[in-house]
Amino acid sequence: MTSALEQGLAKDQPTDLTLVGRRRGSGSRLGLIVLLVAIAVFFILPLALVLSASLKFQSEVFTDTSFIPRDPGLENYEALFSGNAEFVRWFMNSAIVAVVGTTLVLMLTSLSAYAFARIDFPLKGPLFGLLIVTLLLPGVMFLVPQVKIVGALGLYDSLPALMLPGLAGVFGLFFLRQFFLGLPLELEEAAYVDGANRLRTFVSVALPLALPALATLAVITFLAFWNDYLWPLIICQEQCTLPPGLKSLQRQFTGDPGLVMAGAVVAAIPVLLLYLVLQRYIVQSVASSGIKG
Amino acid sequence: MTAASAGSVTTGKAPGRRLFGGSARKDARRRIGENPLIPYLFIAPHFIIFAIFILYPFFLGIWISVHDSSSLRDGPFVGFNQFLKVLNPSSIHFPRFWNAVWNTILFVFMSVPLLVGVGLFLATLLNQKLRGRNVFRAIYFVPWTLSVAVVGLTWWWMFNSNAGFIPLALKAVFGQSPNFLASNPWAWFTILISTLWWTIGFNTIIFLAGLQAISADLYEAASVDGANRWQQFKSITLPSLRPILLLVVTLQILASFQLVGQPQIITGGGPPSALGGETAPVLLHIYQTGFEGRREHSFAAAMALVVAAMMIVVSVINFRLFSSERS
Repeated sequence: MTSALEQGLAKDQPTDLTLVGRRRGSGSRLGLIVLLVAIAVFFILPLALVLSASLKFQSEVFTDTSFIPRDPGLENYEALFSGNAEFVRWFMNSAIVAVVGTTLVLMLTSLSAYAFARIDFPLKGPLFGLLIVTLLLPGVMFLVPQVKIVGALGLYDSLPALMLPGLAGVFGLFFLRQFFLGLPLELEEAAYVDGANRLRTFVSVALPLALPALATLAVITFLAFWNDYLWPLIICQEQCTLPPGLKSLQRQFTGDPGLVMAGAVVAAIPVLLLYLVLQRYIVQSVASSGIKG
Repeated sequence: MTAASAGSVTTGKAPGRRLFGGSARKDARRRIGENPLIPYLFIAPHFIIFAIFILYPFFLGIWISVHDSSSLRDGPFVGFNQFLKVLNPSSIHFPRFWNAVWNTILFVFMSVPLLVGVGLFLATLLNQKLRGRNVFRAIYFVPWTLSVAVVGLTWWWMFNSNAGFIPLALKAVFGQSPNFLASNPWAWFTILISTLWWTIGFNTIIFLAGLQAISADLYEAASVDGANRWQQFKSITLPSLRPILLLVVTLQILASFQLVGQPQIITGGGPPSALGGETAPVLLHIYQTGFEGRREHSFAAAMALVVAAMMIVVSVINFRLFSSERS
């Protein structure tokens, strides 16, 4: 089943039914396009309305209900970035957690995945089984004990606390190991014959070959850290990231939706830009990780 | 993600074996004279963090759940009392917990058919030769890249009774609009619509990959035999998609079970009720018990284990369906 799905994914082409005598008349073709556009509006319109609201200052969101603001301005953004030290900190924390967290995940999991894929050692099977079994356990049962551990380590309300459970995750390890297993051995053997040790072989031969998988994992991990909501909400007081920050912004400024929407736009823009650049690539990697995961 | 990976665990070794098996080639996995500690050094950085933040918490969670601890103190051993709070019908905590579980199950039953059905429908639309199909696919997937906080705020604003787009539009057309966030079934509707908007792109691309893998020959043969479109969908598309359908349904049930951000931000769990809110899901109840107010860690940990057990049962049932599908 998995391989059939991967074929479909790799093919990335619709099943060609034009030969099957199902060629549509131009009327129903137009109908299809109208339908597809209408659905696209459903996906884009809410974001456009959020952006529109964010450009209306204070009571303007209630007095000016037009889609294009009569008096658009960046006052809300100024209020967030120059008048709200908290917000700036959330933004910086989000950036640090996402960048540092992603880098660390790539380093930790690729090292481990390589050993599990390429080296034989005692207890390898049981250790790998132990790691994989945890993928089947629901995250909810880890929340309370993780909070206790973070507290016991004196890390409550700190940046490392925001990252650590994500660094412990097993999905990336599993994903990269599968990729390493599929690489041909010859190059690594050649490096071995040339006298390279394990670490050297890993860094200069295996890692470059694994770049596509690493890039996929990097994108998914970045999105996961940047968008993470429940864990930072539980663990942060002052050192929050944007998603829990947005929730407290909503609570503080319920009567000022324009400002809250500006916060939402700031949290959305980095991932939307990333998506704009890597769109096709992100769709493919999410699909393939969804299938393999 | 979880249930699907179970299948791969058993077969995970096969490709490796094939690579190394049988040939006279030197086996790169064993090197003479290599320090036997090296592989452990490779896995150690990740494994230590894994041990502290996943392995140990697994046992610690059970330990906490049989004690009476809050954020302030590590309390005494109380056996299964924390579990009895939600399993004994005469307990004062019983109705509120099961109300939250019921809300969650209600959401699962509403959201799974919707998200699977619409996902399949969108994938069918996109599985046609059409210029710009990749543009549409990309647009439908946009909200998936956002945080639930952004998604929640977006729909909180869309349904805002004073100036939100939907109440305004309804007032313009019908002269009135329900107060979406404060009354049911509208409150559930806002949560469903926001979830659909946020996650449908994922189901759509999985289904699309499945549809693209179905050979055109099958449709050609059927059409030669005179089958119409609906018959083709029923006799070719659906049977070919069955395993993928099961995969998506399983992932969707587990995802829907973990509903928390949308009601927390959009409806606040309301409309309010004596049992803690008409749209308050069980994960929100656990969050509020363990991490707000009195922070009853032990009680929250016990409830989390009960919920985890329910989710594992669902996964196992689905996994059984998978296995019988494969054999």
